Amino acid sequence: MIPNLYKLAGELTPAVLHVAARSLAAQGLSIFGDHSDVMATRGSGCGILCSASVQEAGDFAAIAARLSLRSRLPFLHVFDGFRTSHEIQKIEPLSDSQLLELMPAAEISAHRARALSPNRPVIRGTSQNPDVYFQARESVNRFYDAAPAHLIEAMARLGELTGRPYRPYDYVGPATAERVLVLMGSGCETAVEAAEALQAAGERVGVLKVRLFRPFAARLLVEALPPSTRAIAVLDRCKEPGAPGEPLYLDVVAALAEEWAAVHGAVPLPAVLGGRYGLSSKEFTPAMVKAVFDHLRPLLVPGQPRPLNHFTVGIDDDLTHRSLPLDADVEQGFHTDAAEVRAVFYGLGSDGTVGANKAAIKIIGEGTDLYAQGYFVYDSKKSGSVTVSHLRFGPQPIRSTYLIQRPTFVACHQWDFVERFDLLAGIEPGGVFLLNSPFAPADTWARLPEALRSQIRAKGIQVQQINAYQVARQAGMGPHINTVMQACFFALSGVLPRQEAFTRIRHSIETSYRRKGEAVVAMNLAALDASLEHLVRLDWSSLDDSGPEPLREDRLNGAPDFVRTVIGPMLERRGDALPVSALPCDGTWPVGTARWEKRNIADAVPVWESDLCVQCGKCVLVCPHAVIRAKVGAPEVFVAAPEGFRIAPARDPAFAGQTFTIQVAAEDCTGCALCVEVCPARDRSEPKRKAINMAPQRPLREQARGNWDFFLQLPEVPRAELNLHKIGQQQLQQPLFEFSGACGGCGETPYLKLASQLFGDRMLIANATGCSSINGGNLPTTPWSANAEGRGPAWSNSLFEDNAEFGYGMRVARDQQRQMALDLLERLAGQLEPDELPPPLAAAIRNADQGDEAGIVEQRQRVAELKARLAGMEQPEARQLLELADALVKTNVWLVGGDGWAYDIGFGGLDHVLASGRDVNALVLDTEVYSNTGGQASKSTPRGAVAKFAAAGKAAPKKDLGLMAMTYGTVYVASVAMGARDEHTIRVFLEAESYPGPSLIIAYSHCIAHGIDMAQGMAHQKLAVDSGRWLLYRYDPRRTERGEIPLQLDSPAPTCSLKEAMEQENRFRMLRYSQPERAQALVRQAQRELECRWATYRALAQPAPKP
Amino acid sequence: MIPDLSTTYLGLALRSPLVVGAAAPLSEELAQLQALERAGAAAIVLHSLFEEQIEQEQLDLHRHAMAGADSYGEALTYVPEPSIFHGGEDLYLRHLEQARRCLAVPVIASLNGTSPGRWVESARRIEAAGASALELNIYAIPTDPELSSAAIEAEVEEIVRQVRAEVRLPLAVKLSPFFTNLSAMARRLAVAGADGLVLFNRFYQPDIDIETMEVRPNLLLSTPHDLRLPLRWIALLHGRQPVDLAASGGVHRGTDVVRLLMAGASVTQVVGALLRHGPERLAGLEEELATWLMEHEVASVAELVGCMSQQRCPNPAEYERAQYMRAIQGYRPADARQAQGPW
Repeated sequence: MIPNLYKLAGELTPAVLHVAARSLAAQGLSIFGDHSDVMATRGSGCGILCSASVQEAGDFAAIAARLSLRSRLPFLHVFDGFRTSHEIQKIEPLSDSQLLELMPAAEISAHRARALSPNRPVIRGTSQNPDVYFQARESVNRFYDAAPAHLIEAMARLGELTGRPYRPYDYVGPATAERVLVLMGSGCETAVEAAEALQAAGERVGVLKVRLFRPFAARLLVEALPPSTRAIAVLDRCKEPGAPGEPLYLDVVAALAEEWAAVHGAVPLPAVLGGRYGLSSKEFTPAMVKAVFDHLRPLLVPGQPRPLNHFTVGIDDDLTHRSLPLDADVEQGFHTDAAEVRAVFYGLGSDGTVGANKAAIKIIGEGTDLYAQGYFVYDSKKSGSVTVSHLRFGPQPIRSTYLIQRPTFVACHQWDFVERFDLLAGIEPGGVFLLNSPFAPADTWARLPEALRSQIRAKGIQVQQINAYQVARQAGMGPHINTVMQACFFALSGVLPRQEAFTRIRHSIETSYRRKGEAVVAMNLAALDASLEHLVRLDWSSLDDSGPEPLREDRLNGAPDFVRTVIGPMLERRGDALPVSALPCDGTWPVGTARWEKRNIADAVPVWESDLCVQCGKCVLVCPHAVIRAKVGAPEVFVAAPEGFRIAPARDPAFAGQTFTIQVAAEDCTGCALCVEVCPARDRSEPKRKAINMAPQRPLREQARGNWDFFLQLPEVPRAELNLHKIGQQQLQQPLFEFSGACGGCGETPYLKLASQLFGDRMLIANATGCSSINGGNLPTTPWSANAEGRGPAWSNSLFEDNAEFGYGMRVARDQQRQMALDLLERLAGQLEPDELPPPLAAAIRNADQGDEAGIVEQRQRVAELKARLAGMEQPEARQLLELADALVKTNVWLVGGDGWAYDIGFGGLDHVLASGRDVNALVLDTEVYSNTGGQASKSTPRGAVAKFAAAGKAAPKKDLGLMAMTYGTVYVASVAMGARDEHTIRVFLEAESYPGPSLIIAYSHCIAHGIDMAQGMAHQKLAVDSGRWLLYRYDPRRTERGEIPLQLDSPAPTCSLKEAMEQENRFRMLRYSQPERAQALVRQAQRELECRWATYRALAQPAPKP
Repeated sequence: MIPDLSTTYLGLALRSPLVVGAAAPLSEELAQLQALERAGAAAIVLHSLFEEQIEQEQLDLHRHAMAGADSYGEALTYVPEPSIFHGGEDLYLRHLEQARRCLAVPVIASLNGTSPGRWVESARRIEAAGASALELNIYAIPTDPELSSAAIEAEVEEIVRQVRAEVRLPLAVKLSPFFTNLSAMARRLAVAGADGLVLFNRFYQPDIDIETMEVRPNLLLSTPHDLRLPLRWIALLHGRQPVDLAASGGVHRGTDVVRLLMAGASVTQVVGALLRHGPERLAGLEEELATWLMEHEVASVAELVGCMSQQRCPNPAEYERAQYMRAIQGYRPADARQAQGPW
């Protein structure tokens, strides 16, 4: 993209890109907000205009369009990712007529006249040589010189139309300010709020908001500063390691040096310091603003030592000591608006809390004169995800661009949170605490942790409770307690009179749900009506709370130090307090950390019935979170099992006389029930009872924990003894991918887990960005693990666009190391005595067959022996070989990603790597949509599916990636769907890994974006195959060498119609509700294509007719 | 001489007694409806507007739209929500309007409601959408042991009365054969305002998969044997109540049509034969019917209707025989051979 920006600017093409500014992937990827990406473009020649609030983002969007057209410079209109892009605020939008007024008609015509047209042909994009390039580059200067005036004009024009005046550099504060903060983006709002509070206390401070960053108008900036300015702090929301300062700081320094004297004459040049704040959406609060102003104070006093430059604020840098100290109590003075309601809601993603809060803001913001603001914090999991909503309502405009620190109202929508989070931190005395509790009031009080009770007593908190799940279920709302809790909030918060509030909620329900149908409206109204009847005040003053507090277990007991000291605080939402020294400097993170989370998010978990089980291994195979596992062992090892630990005699003849068990990690389970759906064994006398059934988790928790701990210490079955083509045996392999944060019932992770079982102890993984990189590497914990020998997948995520090449690099490096090791072995064999390096050992290492598990185990033993022999040797070759010897054992390289990677953004690279002939294995987790970013259409999306960017149903057919790869003739290509034929999937993985060239596995992965009941995910996979929409096949170039047809079609002719299969998924079905005729036409077209594709594959899988 | 095949049903003049019965696979697509008309359909009953299913679909769509929403910062939703949402009922009405626009033959809507008020509301909208007539598909499986058959019958009657009071459309009621006294029920429905009765509804009947031990949906198409049940009741009711009778279930051959017309049906509804053999089968049926009439020198369908009803047939007691023993006594090998037929 950045080279394109240079092109846009170089050709003076008016354009505006609206950018939610975000962090860049460095030591780790982060999706959150700062100015890193914007600053990376600052040399491109594009203008950069920055808005600081939701209102400004709307206004500046129009200003930027006028400015770009009039100045001919392309502009980036940037605002802070999440803090501005995702904040909900009451604003005044521009009307169509105002927008029209702002669009410069003459410049639009001029722009059109410059466009390429065969009617007046010109050439652009020439290749220029040393004689003219430089001069041509200088030919644009006048456009940059003129741009600030165009901005002033556009801002003035908007000001006339709306009464909202802006300047390229807006100074806010007294004309006598001595200390001035210069910054841009959403932090400006907080800085102004804090500065005004300090001014009220008599401090001479001000804030300069930078709106125009490129072209940087130095004169205008300096003119905006009051002449009284003596000390300036420039805050950058980014880090440029190794630079003499961050970009805004450097520009301000240059501006002062160049323009101060010209503007302010003999007034001494102010001192300037630069600092960093707010990276990756780190909070930026009034306390931090005050800390920066305080930091400038010594500059006002002659003779004082100059304070630290290039400081940071908002973190604790205990390593290089650049962070400013914060005064923890300072927030007290900054909230003076007594009429402001500040409400914090703790909920789950799945309970509808955020949706209800968005509706509440709409009701208040649209229906009253009150100002409203909403901001939502999500965690890093896709199952059991916790959400915290921060809502402010009040009669004054709300400028607080930071999380609520002193709430007047706290709602806890999930009972379990009372133990997990410090819910009442900072609550105002006399505030309201609303609790969703399944218990009666006295019982509720008795069960609250003492820490919470003492806060309630000390601050005189009004506690109200409701059994929201009961009310919601009775109304038919299932787990969605949104309407119930919203009703309670309105009843208790006092933002609106109760009656008025309910009238408005009712109206809101009717208008938002009407188009979805009467049934949806009726269900929500029923929930609303029932809510208040069940809301009860918990009068704690009369309740006995002397009972013993329940013991809180230490879930990190026995965990490694890093987990206890670094991951532990992150799990408790205290990661912000971790000092710099706690974190790895290069982003390297230990494996096997997800096992410490024990999230306990499932209402119900599977329970194994040992008497019914046929020990087929299917439940273990499909479990997306590796919480169901099986082991086989001698009966003796089970003797010490805890009471209630279920076992059965092993049924597989290979394990005759041994004992079999299946155990469930109940505390890590998401409760998806995929396992129950695939279980083939039923109780003959009561077929609804299967060999695995769901049961409430809470009563099972303690017992399951003990069982799980015992299970983990049972010995693993020796890998080399397993028949990997029998699922029951293969699934005894230890998974090295466990407890990820993927959606409950995820269709991708079973494939990853399978790969980790089969090859995990010798795997290098290059993971493209997407769901699998988030499930695989989103902190605090990660699912990739190691076995008892310490071996496991080594994993890294590079980028979306370069993943295949990234993995290719791993392959090349590993091959090079192996070749070096073989060369060294050869050389040493000539130098060393036979008793030092026995020739049979060297030969065996060189010629080892590592085609199967046994061969790899043997090679590992040989390499271990080699290393033991080399350990004491002094020869340089021996030392070098000692370092490289591990490369003599087979290592697989896996390129993992979704369809967004393989079909779209990374396709060029994947194609390149497949063509290279190197031994890599590409695993495409094909959900047929960009799942991680919320369901945008990819080239894998099938015809007729509704997705973002294909809201009218995708009009083009799905790209046939497998067929394209087959055209090379040298790539192993396979298409699998675990839910359709699980043994086929395993066969494919084994064949792909054994193929000594590039392999491509395209794995059908059902997904939450398909609009299905995720528990039925595997059945949907089967339906995709039954309808012929998804083919199972293997293309193995080795067969060509044997004179066979390389393609084997492994799925039968379609047994049901495509229409029937598509009807089962909401992504297809919903088009019927918006565009019924189009839906019918797309299905017909897709059916024709399917038949054609089936015929093509069948023909390719048959011998060619003789000429 | 070419026989006159025309008949009247619910006050509609039809070119023949061959009416397409309600079945989604036959009537969901306009192209299919047009093919049926080309093949000679005298009228087409659309599949039912099935309100319970519509409610379920609305709730499902809502649930899927909410699944995973507002849980993860980078993906606040997973599906784009269309601004226009044709709920199930809108969709049906739109389809009905389009069917009326592109077909010359009468289009009879079919309705299966959830509550008395909903029946009336939907019937009004169906009338407004231009249906030629309305077939009320009143059917539920009562499993509540506290619910008396009298209460069920009263509810059926009440639905017909309420709909009749609100719409002017010709009204048929499609019935289940499981009434204690169907004759009495027929009279009550006629008094309540039904213009016709469709005998009978064939129901979804679940089956057991003995391998997987699961209950499976299993929709069996009718066979010619199935027409015995409607045949008897049509014969019994013909001429006794002021309603038109439509036979439904088991019409596969021209001779089946002849039998049912003789029993007293004004029309015969065809479904299974069309699902098996395609719309063209209608033309075959018509030809078989016409051939039979010509061979037997019957000039018109009207001559045939009701000639073998209980009131007019030579041995009326046969229709009332219920006892197994008497049936056995009346059994003759020739009947058995005929009953097997070509199927």
